[in-house]
Amino acid sequence: MREVVEKKVLTENDRLAAELRQRYQDENILCVNIISSPGSGKTALLERTLASFLPSRRVAVLTGDLQTDNDARRLVRYGFPVRQIVTGGTCHLDARMIDRHLNELGFHGPGLLLIENVGNLVCPSSYDLGEHAKIVLLSVTEGEDKPLKYPGIFHRSTLMLLTKTDLLPHVEFNPDLALENARKIHPDIEYIALSSRTGDGFDQWLHWLNALQHKFQPHAAATNP
Amino acid sequence: MHEVGIASSILECVAAEAAKHPGAQLISVCVRIGELSNIDRDALEFAFEAITRDTDLQHLKLVVEWCPLRHKCTSCSEEFEVQDFELACPKCGSAQTTCVSGTELDIAYIELEEEPCAKS
Repeated sequence: MREVVEKKVLTENDRLAAELRQRYQDENILCVNIISSPGSGKTALLERTLASFLPSRRVAVLTGDLQTDNDARRLVRYGFPVRQIVTGGTCHLDARMIDRHLNELGFHGPGLLLIENVGNLVCPSSYDLGEHAKIVLLSVTEGEDKPLKYPGIFHRSTLMLLTKTDLLPHVEFNPDLALENARKIHPDIEYIALSSRTGDGFDQWLHWLNALQHKFQPHAAATNP
Repeated sequence: MHEVGIASSILECVAAEAAKHPGAQLISVCVRIGELSNIDRDALEFAFEAITRDTDLQHLKLVVEWCPLRHKCTSCSEEFEVQDFELACPKCGSAQTTCVSGTELDIAYIELEEEPCAKS
């Protein structure tokens, strides 16, 4: 006897992600899920981003790693609530972890929730965290063909950030080719090139983030710096 | 990399479905896996075998239905399998196409036998 099931394998995660999505909507929280290989500059991006915010801005950060709270210690210096999620070997964050740590952090909207996923281009793309947008980072010290090697995450991301552009004079990396490859996978993916060290491109990135916040929460965003 | 987690999620779902048919013997579970799902088929089969070994489910067969990336043209409605990420419509050349398949990570069905099988 064949019993038709027709369910997502990650039904339980998807159920929890749907609850998170509802919570973000009810509390007026904008959530972005930042994903990249290890070492592409997620934490550096967040450091400079947090440094640019007025202290009055309502922002929280959840940062995931297999081990250590090094990233949280780097990020907490900017005065915003930060919580480290130590996954203990799990290669991605899932909706249950976000739910638990968001509760423990005691963060309530309206505001911006920045999630720094575990450094990995594969597994995080399968797990919905209820976010409004996935953002994928590619640094200029990696290969231009990464979008072709890891198409799943580029397919699902709204924005691709090319990071560490201050190193471009020292490496053989062709940004146009990287973008061309990303748009082969996802023709509508948005693109910003930046350096978290020099701040080049940050105006564009912060503008993008504010525009996204304005799109999903027009009232809360009106007061952002 | 996360195939053990995926295999565990499949088994959780199978257990929940099988509970609706008390006394029936589980034969197989069919999962639909898209090319862009980031699941390695061999790794999933290995993980599934490893976590069912020496359990009540060790005879449960995993059937994988592989789903290549397919797009549909918004101009002429042609549906086509995408080769080498060439997303333009092969019929009319339009670049306006949308993904219709290739991201699946679904449980399609389970197969059960109402009477428990005799052990061989």
